[in-house]
Amino acid sequence: MTDAADIAETSRAATDWRELRPAERLKAALQTRTAMVAAVILVLLGLWLAAEVQDVARSRLLSLAVWGVMLGGVIGLGAIGLTLIYGVLKFPNFSHGALVTLGAYIAFAVVTVWPGQSPALGPFSFGWDLIVGMIIAMPLVGLAALGLDRVVYRRLRIQKSSLVLFAMASLAMAFLLRSLIYLAWGSDFHFYYQGRANPSFTLIGVQVQADQIFILVLAFTLVGLIYLLLGRTKMGKAMRATANNPELAQVRGINTERVIAWTWIMSGALAAAGGVMYGLASQLRPEMGFWLLLPMFAAVIMGTIGNPRGALVGAIIIGVAQQVSTAFLNPAYGPAVAFVLMVLTLLLRPQGLFGGGS
Amino acid sequence: MMDAATIVKALLVAIPLSVAGVALLRIRWVLRLPLGIAAGVAAAFVLAAWLESGGLAYLVSFATMGGIYAILALGLNTQWGYGGHLNFGIAGFFAIGAFTTALFTTAEPTGTLAQYTQQAFGLEMPFLVGIAAGAVVAGIVALLIAVPVLRLRMDFLAIATIGIAEIIRLIFQNERWLANGPQPLRGIPQPGRCILEEQCGPHWLTVFLEPLTPRDYTYLYLIVITVFVVAVYLLAERAVRSPWGRMLRATRDEESSTAMSGKNVPWVRIQSFVFGAVIMGIAGGLYAHYTVTIDYSHFRPLFATFMVWVMLMLGGSGNNAGAVLGAFIVWAVWSGTAFMVGALEPVLGAISEDLPSRASYLRWLFVALLLAGIVLFRPQGIMPEEKVVSRHAFAPGEGPGEGGAQHQG
Repeated sequence: MTDAADIAETSRAATDWRELRPAERLKAALQTRTAMVAAVILVLLGLWLAAEVQDVARSRLLSLAVWGVMLGGVIGLGAIGLTLIYGVLKFPNFSHGALVTLGAYIAFAVVTVWPGQSPALGPFSFGWDLIVGMIIAMPLVGLAALGLDRVVYRRLRIQKSSLVLFAMASLAMAFLLRSLIYLAWGSDFHFYYQGRANPSFTLIGVQVQADQIFILVLAFTLVGLIYLLLGRTKMGKAMRATANNPELAQVRGINTERVIAWTWIMSGALAAAGGVMYGLASQLRPEMGFWLLLPMFAAVIMGTIGNPRGALVGAIIIGVAQQVSTAFLNPAYGPAVAFVLMVLTLLLRPQGLFGGGS
Repeated sequence: MMDAATIVKALLVAIPLSVAGVALLRIRWVLRLPLGIAAGVAAAFVLAAWLESGGLAYLVSFATMGGIYAILALGLNTQWGYGGHLNFGIAGFFAIGAFTTALFTTAEPTGTLAQYTQQAFGLEMPFLVGIAAGAVVAGIVALLIAVPVLRLRMDFLAIATIGIAEIIRLIFQNERWLANGPQPLRGIPQPGRCILEEQCGPHWLTVFLEPLTPRDYTYLYLIVITVFVVAVYLLAERAVRSPWGRMLRATRDEESSTAMSGKNVPWVRIQSFVFGAVIMGIAGGLYAHYTVTIDYSHFRPLFATFMVWVMLMLGGSGNNAGAVLGAFIVWAVWSGTAFMVGALEPVLGAISEDLPSRASYLRWLFVALLLAGIVLFRPQGIMPEEKVVSRHAFAPGEGPGEGGAQHQG
């Protein structure tokens, strides 16, 4: 995918496996995709074993794993937007967490101004107001992301600034958005629905909530749509081309600025959806997006930068690992679990699960 | 007329002001030293006579925090300015320095106090040992991060450091046994405070400081901070102007040619990252002794990471004098916006009744806009990096011959 990966691939193809010294052979073996999959499975097994040692009931572990998949869906919605921007514009967008928060709070504003109490829909704990709120929040946050690009990042592109300045500008935007959220909604935490029951039921021996299933289905649907868009539409092809080689794409007549604009809109809209789901699953706080930032980056790196499917896979692994670890670890350390998985990826296979090479 | 206490305070404040005077006067050294000191002493007496004692104390606490931020900015400058490392986790190294120093210098709680305070250990070591311990531990943590991450792309370091800072804060928030968990760790001793409380120390000093009360301790601590700022500044300057500093800059700008000159590039990067983290650890230790009470909430990204970035970017990355200047300017702006927000409160109240209580977040907004403005319009800062930092090389067109051996650009 990247130049470095290409070079790595050709050099590896040129050298025969048997010509390598034993230490190098071991290193090469550790950097294969199989080794990384094995490492991930080992980490998950280790977490499971740690829980077994502490006598955690198996049914509880199973529910934790299922909730982990749900959390993975939420992280994944954020991570897909993050990985698209990372792939097309090549910089880590540190303000992505703030976009997640913004989406959650815009939907909250809709729920607040909704006339009367909207009754719960079927088995879910939310009503039409939240759905409408999400449908309003997604384009609004997309436009906010586009606005930031027009005011800040586009100028940096025109000046041909180095990528570190992009990263720094995105950190500034993260604090800007967060301070706006604080100004508009204050620092207290909120719930979409104060004190509404969220019934859970048993499905094949596992306790689940209808909301969790909704979140998961929504995440997978949105990812499916992104895949259709990237694979089947002209804009999707243009996006992939721009991510691969911006200059070449431009030479071939692709309007890269338009591609970048649509990437921002998609990224913001997905972040908003993730924020609403996260707010529904827990609570709304101005720092909620910042807490998700580390798991999202870990998912992006695990699943190879620029690869939406990889981001979702990485997010689910991280979600499950985070939830299962709560069986024996203080839940506050969730980000630390994500961090350990990320460092492991960087050590073994920096290009991620779906990267080129090996 | 001034009373004895005011005169002593003025004399104490004269020391940091003289340092500032010498630093700011950019003339020949023969004149610079006496004129700078004279200006500093004069300014100290004018301030002491003109301001009420509350105003002077405010200025002293302002300068103390400014000095701690200046050390942080100098640490970041060796990482980002000279090494090109994106460290978004300054808060983490700052916290490690602060908590390590606290654990090394406090006494282990006994009796009823032990019910309220838990800490892993309390060694009752002297001040300087505590600072050194904080610096060493911060350096070790930096080394542990640097080894796996620094051989990879630059942006991975930014992500990893933002993560490690968050995890360090979570540890100090949740682990009660380590440093009293979510409760604050209190009673960190202050160096030289006993001079004011129990008349320890040499006789002449106790006589000189006789008019002061223990509440005036901040005047003494400002001198400690001044000494550290000067020492760290000189150390950083010495490092940059040495062959080692030129190697750092070469690694930052032209990695492959540095490698071809036989330098071990990953190891060079690790060195500059760890060096910067050690300086941040020192700043953390100084902060702990200044505030006496620390807890995890002091080390949030806004105050301990973001602010330092704004300072260095404004002052000029790659320029140590710029780092110190930027630290004081931004700290002054931040402190000044507190008054501005206070003045704005009636206006905000007219817009919405919730806004006045949230007015302090306007200051965040302001600082974020400041950084965005710097990145967009003047990324080199007020004092840009010098092209030539060696005494032996001359800038093009300035030195003997035809501009020395090098032609840059």
